[in-house]
Amino acid sequence: MEVPILKQGDYLIATIQAALTDADLLKLHYALVEKVGKQRSKGVIIDVTALDVLDSFATRTLRSLAHMVRLRGATTVICGIQPEVAFTMVQLGLTLEGISTALDLEEGLALLMLSKRREV
Amino acid sequence: MPTKKDALQFEGKTNVDTSDESRSELLRQLVAHLRENRTQLRQEWARRITEAKLLTAMSQDEIFAEATTIYDNYVDALQSGTFEALQTYARDLSERIIPRGVETHEVIGIVLLLRDVLARSLFAKYQHDFALLNRILDAYEPAANRIANTVAVSFVQERERTIRQQQEAIRELSTPVLQVRDRLLILPIIGVIDPQRARQLTEQLLRGIRTNRAKLVVIDITGVAAMDSNVANNLVQTVEASRLLGASVIVTGLSPEIAQTLVTIGVDLSKMNTVGDLQGGIEEAERFLGYKVVPVGEAAIEDQRR
Repeated sequence: MEVPILKQGDYLIATIQAALTDADLLKLHYALVEKVGKQRSKGVIIDVTALDVLDSFATRTLRSLAHMVRLRGATTVICGIQPEVAFTMVQLGLTLEGISTALDLEEGLALLMLSKRREV
Repeated sequence: MPTKKDALQFEGKTNVDTSDESRSELLRQLVAHLRENRTQLRQEWARRITEAKLLTAMSQDEIFAEATTIYDNYVDALQSGTFEALQTYARDLSERIIPRGVETHEVIGIVLLLRDVLARSLFAKYQHDFALLNRILDAYEPAANRIANTVAVSFVQERERTIRQQQEAIRELSTPVLQVRDRLLILPIIGVIDPQRARQLTEQLLRGIRTNRAKLVVIDITGVAAMDSNVANNLVQTVEASRLLGASVIVTGLSPEIAQTLVTIGVDLSKMNTVGDLQGGIEEAERFLGYKVVPVGEAAIEDQRR
């Protein structure tokens, strides 16, 4: 299943709506890194509210995605991690170090706007 | 009076029952006898209960009232051979008397006393005919045993249920997640943290973060006496999990002993914000959220004077 990437002002929003295969995840990864440059975006929000599992591959992909996006000059926020998912991830030692997280999409946008204001 | 047939049966096989039909007939006879002597037997039973110093938590009248109901239920169960009604009543009774401190041995004691009282009355009634007495007891004993069993098991089950309920309540109470400002939660931890409690604590906190849309959580561990590497790791995990939900955590109230232990065992606490006490933690959190606390009224005047 393809993940739609929406442009909202300076930001890109990718909402994952169902469990993704590894291939889909990689596709999203490339598409986002590509689009950050094309749209001159300042931030990327990945919404994982619908996911009830985040395995090690997904976590690693998200982490490398965040780092690449940073290299392309934008920041990444991952939002909507479910409490149970967070609990399991931490127990497995998948902590998404160095990546901003937010409660939901609204919080994620607020976080990006805050960091933008600080830069200006 | 013993008939010829009875005597023959007694000679042939001592206490093995003849047939279902005669057994139900005997039971009927038995129940009729117990109904007839209801008042007397009931009084005898209540007297024996008091004599044996059972159910001391209850008054004389209460014992008599309960005894009456149990007696009737008992006889009904003997008659019908079904134990559902008795079971329901026993549960109900247990629910009423457990909070008053009635012990298991008392409940089993009174049921066994009733069994004894009834058996004695049967002995007295049929003593002239040993064969008939034998068969009556054959009919009575299994049913009586099952009744005693049912009542005791119901009581123990009810007790266990109560204990489970209380444990659950204590566990829920032990980890309150409190909101003190918009988007600021406090989680005071008191007592020992075992892995199970740590897990429950984390789950409750994560749920709290979601429902209150918290940005900051102050975890106060003033009330935690000791901490080992497991507990410390659990705490680190809690902090990490909260961060994944977008909330930062400030840990307050680490005692000198705990600080020393943590450093000695080398737990990586670099990801944790720590502040000395709860007040400091809340002030820090307020700064982070952009609040400023200004004294007003008398406090303000005093503040100016200083």
